[in-house]
Amino acid sequence: MTTTLDKTVLDMTATDLRAVNTTLQAAAKAQANEAYVITNPRGSHAMACGLDGPLNVTIKGSTGYYCAGMNKEASVTVEGSAGPGVAENMMSGVVTIEGDASQYAGATGHGGLLNIKGNASSRCGISMKGIDIVVHGNIGHMSAFMAQKGNLVVLGDAGDALGDSLYEARLFVRGSVKSLGADCIEKEMRPEHIETLRELLEKAGADAKPEEFKRYGSARKLYNFNIDHADEY
Amino acid sequence: MEKTPQTDPRQSWTFSNSINSEIRRAAATGIYDIRGGGAKRRVPHFDDLLFLGASMSRYPLEGYREKCETSVTLGTRFAKKPIELKIPVTIAGMSFGALSGHAKEALGRGATMAGTSTTTGDGGMTEEERGHSEKLVYQYLPSRYGMNPDDLRRADAIEIVVGQGAKPGGGGMLLGQKITERVAGMRDLPVGIDQRSACRHPDWTGPDDLEIKILEIREITNWEKPIYIKVGGARPYYDVALAVKAGADVVVLDGMQGGTAATQDVFIEHVGQPTLACIRPAVQALQDLGMHREVQLVVSGGIRTGADVAKALALGADAVAIGTAALVALGDNDPKWEAEYQKLGSTTGAYDDWHEGRDPAGITTQDPELMKRLDPLAAGRRLRNYLNVLTLECQTLARACGHNHVHNLEPEDLCALTMEAAAMAQVPLAGTNWYPGKPGF
Repeated sequence: MTTTLDKTVLDMTATDLRAVNTTLQAAAKAQANEAYVITNPRGSHAMACGLDGPLNVTIKGSTGYYCAGMNKEASVTVEGSAGPGVAENMMSGVVTIEGDASQYAGATGHGGLLNIKGNASSRCGISMKGIDIVVHGNIGHMSAFMAQKGNLVVLGDAGDALGDSLYEARLFVRGSVKSLGADCIEKEMRPEHIETLRELLEKAGADAKPEEFKRYGSARKLYNFNIDHADEY
Repeated sequence: MEKTPQTDPRQSWTFSNSINSEIRRAAATGIYDIRGGGAKRRVPHFDDLLFLGASMSRYPLEGYREKCETSVTLGTRFAKKPIELKIPVTIAGMSFGALSGHAKEALGRGATMAGTSTTTGDGGMTEEERGHSEKLVYQYLPSRYGMNPDDLRRADAIEIVVGQGAKPGGGGMLLGQKITERVAGMRDLPVGIDQRSACRHPDWTGPDDLEIKILEIREITNWEKPIYIKVGGARPYYDVALAVKAGADVVVLDGMQGGTAATQDVFIEHVGQPTLACIRPAVQALQDLGMHREVQLVVSGGIRTGADVAKALALGADAVAIGTAALVALGDNDPKWEAEYQKLGSTTGAYDDWHEGRDPAGITTQDPELMKRLDPLAAGRRLRNYLNVLTLECQTLARACGHNHVHNLEPEDLCALTMEAAAMAQVPLAGTNWYPGKPGF
């Protein structure tokens, strides 16, 4: 561990995962709002997970599974790409991925902003419960499956079965949608949606106009089981 | 004129009145039957086993005088803080939503008085439950309803649910009438909609992924909490082996008699294996990996008596979990509500429409008026009493077999009454030294 005036550097060639997470979790809990830089992550799993307080973490390289899982309040930036389940079940704070994100990005997230500067693979935002996700590139198939709450913003294209079995999450896509999943429909973009989208794009530093997007949401036909809709399942 | 003798009207075994009633119900509604509980069909069970007792070759312990220990420690493999229980009987996971807040409180009270743990379910951790449960296992389910790191950290153990005995491979459905404002709020869903509990986890797909998921949970909780993996009784040998490989501290194995809040009857009755058939393959997997007693095995699904507890332990389990029996102890299916069960088209002992939220006993409901019928203090005491009886019965049988700890019970203490039970439990058919499949016979 090297400490300079404005940041502490943790080199993972010399510091193991447990020590890194223990250090970060303690700093977050202390509400110190300090800056930490992790070097040589070498695709490690479960990095910077369970942070519970204001902290600024920069990871210099790509990460494995579940980076920044269950994050609360902290700001985590990956200067590389992220493996599956980045920011899963995130509660608050900001997680930024400078590269691409693998499957299940932001899965079951309750709050905060997940900002993916590259593309996101399949099942992005699966079962999301209030998180905001902005993907500057494209997203893969089955994204926002059973998504409950929150906003998924995609500046590029969406793959097959977008929003399958969607609940109340709002999906905004600028590019094409290969296909919509069961019970997901295009919806009117009202002024409040334009405003929400404008704020999210601004927060994510995305160069796009809200008016260029289409909104998708639940048709709410599958909310209560009806035998006449059995073909939808 | 003399009447011609007639053969008595003959009911079909294949098309029994019960089967025909289901055909008529299906024809009228166009939808499968959904219900709560576990498999109701007769399957080989612990009743088909007997203890041999002490005799010339071994001597018994004196009842009421000589000590027979019942304590069990769960989570000794990796967790910094394993769970210490006074008795080898735990309360299985049941959700707030499926159960009322009073029922969850009663489970916590009863379990705590008896010195054991209770378990959350789908829908998150409630204050009633945490506040009244000295040891609380927090379930990590596919839906992740209410999942948050604060509750993970204030749990005493974490149970990753891969499957359950009533529906291995299936999810669940909590019907809209039970999705009140509180339930909906905890699950981040609109009030009144049918709420689907997913059948598989959203962010991992196999044991290799699960190993990493467990790493993440341990990192978030400082490696303190025992991690359980719960599987339904499908392929117990391989499921248990893979759970160990994924890093479990404890494996919870739930046979087909294990209950659910709501699932299709066809699923409950036709998928999975009887509890009795699951235990020996599970124990064999642990033994083959050198992990028996290192990774603890908790067995559930149809545990009703101290004899069931003792038999499960004798077959190699470290503890058992009860769900349906705990609800009955609280007051579920009590004859005092018979008139109301009849109004609902059911009868005492058969009431299983737990998903409809109209439970006369006030347990499987979110209706404020029905909920009031369950006094959590009195119900908690009933559960405590019942748990004590299970323990006393188990001790009685262990002493009779000459053991000073219930964990010293072993398969050699047992025989089987039927060929099926002998094959499943791998203990000799009564009066023989043989069981089907025994090598070398």
